[in-house]
Parts: sequence; C-alpha cells; structure tokens
Amino acid sequence: MGKLPNKILFILGVFLAAAFSLAPFLWFVSAAFKDQTQITAIPPEWLPSFSVEAFSSTVTQHGIFHYLWNSVIVAGGATLVTIILGALAGYALARLSRGWAQITLMGILACAMFPQIAIVGPVWRFLKFMGWLNTYQGLILPYVALTLPLAIWILAVFFREMPEELESAALVDGCTRLGSLVRVIIPLSAPGLFTAAILTFIYAWNEFFLALLIMTDPARQTMPVGIALFQGEHTIPWGEIAAASLITTAPLIFMVLLFQRRIVTGLSAGAIKG
Amino acid sequence: MIRKDQHLYLALLLPAIIVLLLFIAAPIINSFFLSFHRIIIGLPQLKTPFVALDNYLQLLKDPIARHSFFITIIFVALTTFFELLIGLFLALLIHHRFPGRGALRACVLIPWAIPTVVSAQMWRYLFNDAYGVINYMIFGANTNSYIPWLALPTTALSSIIVADIWKTSSFAALLILAGLQVIPEELYQAAKVDGAIVWQRFRHITWPLIRPALLIALLFRTIDAFRVFDLAFVMTQGGPADATNVLQLYGYKKMFVEGWMGYGSAVSVCIFIIVLVIAVAYVKMVGRRLLEANV
Repeated sequence: MGKLPNKILFILGVFLAAAFSLAPFLWFVSAAFKDQTQITAIPPEWLPSFSVEAFSSTVTQHGIFHYLWNSVIVAGGATLVTIILGALAGYALARLSRGWAQITLMGILACAMFPQIAIVGPVWRFLKFMGWLNTYQGLILPYVALTLPLAIWILAVFFREMPEELESAALVDGCTRLGSLVRVIIPLSAPGLFTAAILTFIYAWNEFFLALLIMTDPARQTMPVGIALFQGEHTIPWGEIAAASLITTAPLIFMVLLFQRRIVTGLSAGAIKG
Repeated sequence: MIRKDQHLYLALLLPAIIVLLLFIAAPIINSFFLSFHRIIIGLPQLKTPFVALDNYLQLLKDPIARHSFFITIIFVALTTFFELLIGLFLALLIHHRFPGRGALRACVLIPWAIPTVVSAQMWRYLFNDAYGVINYMIFGANTNSYIPWLALPTTALSSIIVADIWKTSSFAALLILAGLQVIPEELYQAAKVDGAIVWQRFRHITWPLIRPALLIALLFRTIDAFRVFDLAFVMTQGGPADATNVLQLYGYKKMFVEGWMGYGSAVSVCIFIIVLVIAVAYVKMVGRRLLEANV
C-alpha cells in the first residue's frame, strides 16, 4: 500500500464492500421503525420516524414470541444433540486408526453434500409413520443429521491436536476411557465445541425448507416459516415483516460480532486445512 | 501410549452413524425405491403400484421440468461466477492488515449469517414495483416507468440471482480467504524487492496459489446453488409463468402441493444424481488430499 492512489483505491474498495454487505439490510430493517405511509413514500424517506407500532403489532397480532420460542427449542435442541453426538464421534475418529478414520470421515462428509430434496420425501413419510410431524423431535432429528457432518469434521480435527499423554495421565490416575474423555479432553476442547455449536445453531435457526414441510401447524412453526408466510389483511405488512426479521436476526448479528474469528476458522475448516 | 480400543470407538461412533443412516442414507435409498412407484399422498386407497420407469419417462416429457432444469442451470452458472468474483474481491480486502479489518469482516459476515428467508423478504421489499428503492434509484420519482421486477419472467430470475449473490458471496470470500492465509508473506516481500507492482504480484503469486481454494469454493457453491429454494419460494413462488420455478421448488410442488410422491421422488433422484456427479468430482480433485492433510 505504498503509493497514494493505491491507498485511495483500497479505501474505496473497503467502503464499497461494507456498503454492499450492509446497505440493503439496513434499508430493509429501517422499515421496522416506519409507519405505513413512510414505507410506501416516493421519494423514499431515509430517516424513520421510530414508531414502535410495527414491533407491537408483530408481538400482539402475529404472536411473534410464539415462533421465537419454537425456534429457540428447535435450534437449541438440535445444537445440544449435535454437539454431544459430534463430540463422541469426533473423538472416536481422532483416535481411530488412520485408514478407518479416513473412510468413515469420507462417508460422513458425503452426507453433507446431498441436496435436501433427495431425502425429504422418505423423511416426511418416516416422521408421519412415527407420528412426529408437527413435533419438536420431528424437526430436531433431521437438523442433527444435517449438521453432524460439519460438527464431526471440526471436532475430529480439534481432538487430533490433543496430545494422547493427557489421557494417559488421567488413565494412570484411575479414570476410565470415557471418564478421561469427559473430564480431560472435553473441557480442554471448549473452543472447538463452541465453534461447532455456533455453526450448528445458526444453521438450525435459519433453516426453512424442512421446517416448512414438517411444521404445518402454526403453533409449532419456527421464525423462518413465520416470516416466509407472513400475511397481512390488505397490503403486505412490510413494517411487521421487517420487525420480525430484525428480531430473528438480532441474535445472529450478536454472534457474528462476538465470535467472527471462530466462525471464519470453523467454516474454512470444513473446506481447507485451517 | 493409550490402548486402541476399537470397540469403544465403535460405540462412540454409533449414535452419530445411526442418525445419519436413518435421516440421510436410508432416505436417499428409499427415494430411489419410491421413484419407481405411483404414490399419491391423500389417496391411500390407490395403494402404491410399481410403475417401473413411468415417472422418469413422464419427467422427460414434461416441458415444465425441462424449463426448470434450464433455469436452474442458468441460476447456478451466474450465481457461482459472480459469487466467486465478489468473494475474491472481499477476500483480498479482508486479507490486508488495516485498522477496521475486524469491522469489515463482521460486515461481510452479516449477509451469510441472516436467514435466507429474511434476505428473500428484504429483496422483495427492495424490488417492489410501486415503492421499491431499486426502482427509485434507477428511475427517480418517475413512478410510471417503474419496473415490476418480480412480475416479469426475465427480471424475476435476475432478481433471485442478485439476491443469492448478495447472500452467499461472503461464504465464497471465507473459503478464498483461507486459501490466501496460507500464502507465505516472504513471497510478496521478495517480489516487492524485485520491483513487482501490485498487479504483477497478484498475477504471479496470489493467483496461482489461490487457485486450489477457488476450485473448492467453486465446487461448494455449485453444489449449494442447486439447492436453491427459499429465495424462489418467498420472492416469486416460482412465477411468473414458471420463470423462477427452480428444480427443488418444482420437486417440492409435485411432492407436497400436488401430492405426487412417486413422481416427486423421481425429480429428487435426478437432482441427487446431478449433485452426486459434482460431489464426486470435488472429492476426486481435493478431498483425498485434504483428508491426508487434516487427519
């Protein structure tokens, strides 16, 4: 970045990138703080009047907290189960002999590549057969299956880097193998577990396709389904949609701001040696 | 040394394997099976007769299916190309050390982090035909010339492509960034000493060394772009006149709206095979090397 023109170009690029990423979203969520006349105004009114009408109506008329609660249970449940199963499997793969670990990981990785449409028909029939349509476990279990491959991958890589001596020491002190996993390896792997948990949570929180098929009862629908099927009486209720979108997105933005470094390494671990 | 206890490892793997078998492997095999039968949801009295390749023959003859395939290919090609281009641009910016780098990285991650459904509603609002800000930016206050972007076949598909590019360029950027970070800084120092200008350094150092990362991003994005559903469902419901009726939406409608489970399964098997071919290419090109490097 020696010469001045280069520097100016670089700064311009940074502003362009920030505007590209943020401007459309900021404009959309500003509608949450506008009233209907402001939303449909031409020329557009850049500054919202900061009315809270849209927020109160999403809560009182559209029962947004209900959807939010379903999302919390489904995404939270899926994250918990994925991390437990992923940690067990990841540990086994990290300590298994090389050949078997590679073949198993390849198989698990392959599961993550397949399009959801290829599994939904049979999954839907299976859930119907079990009476699990419109139940939390009916959505949590497919989410666990879809998020496990990346979680196992991240955790297996993480556990590999744990020296075996730590475990040997615990075994000498009288721990069982499982005991040393739970008391020594897992606590030391908190960063890896946390990364896998964040990515799993974001996936489950945002997923729409399966949620749409499995949760047909509005009482069980998650936020993305609620937002996609948002109905107004006469016009499209942009204020309410934007308010609901902001409520759904707020926890994610919070996570991105706090844990961006982890998210970046976790995502690229799935593709390139991190 | 700790003992290699194979039984213990198998027991630890088992719960994850069972979930994956039950909800991914078995359903895929079952989809193949269902695609050879006539199954109509809501009419169980018709039973589920074996119809051999009937569903596939019908699929080949259906002009809507052919059109669906065609527009999905256009969608995949255009989104992947622009996502890699913008992703490369974003990755090069974030790779630089400068004050505010963390802030920029957080900004870039926002489109990736928000639900696709939210970004779909967002673009529906921006593309609105009466008061959308995109119309305003192009035509000003002259509302007569405003374009109903989502109601015309060509612009509807373009709108969804734009929405997807906005949403996933950051993911491509992250994959490319990981590739940039393994390039040793000394190479640039040496090039600088030799008097290479910015463009020459990019052309002769960065470009050849990030090509593997670009390839990975390309294949990841291609596979993922075939699954487009949320954007089309929310923004256009596949319309107007099937202009945005992408493959997964077509399969969904056949299976769950019209209730043709057997025929819909044939559609999903076809999508599966397309993605499988790409995935195999991916694993062949980079998978083995990654596994050896990682585990």
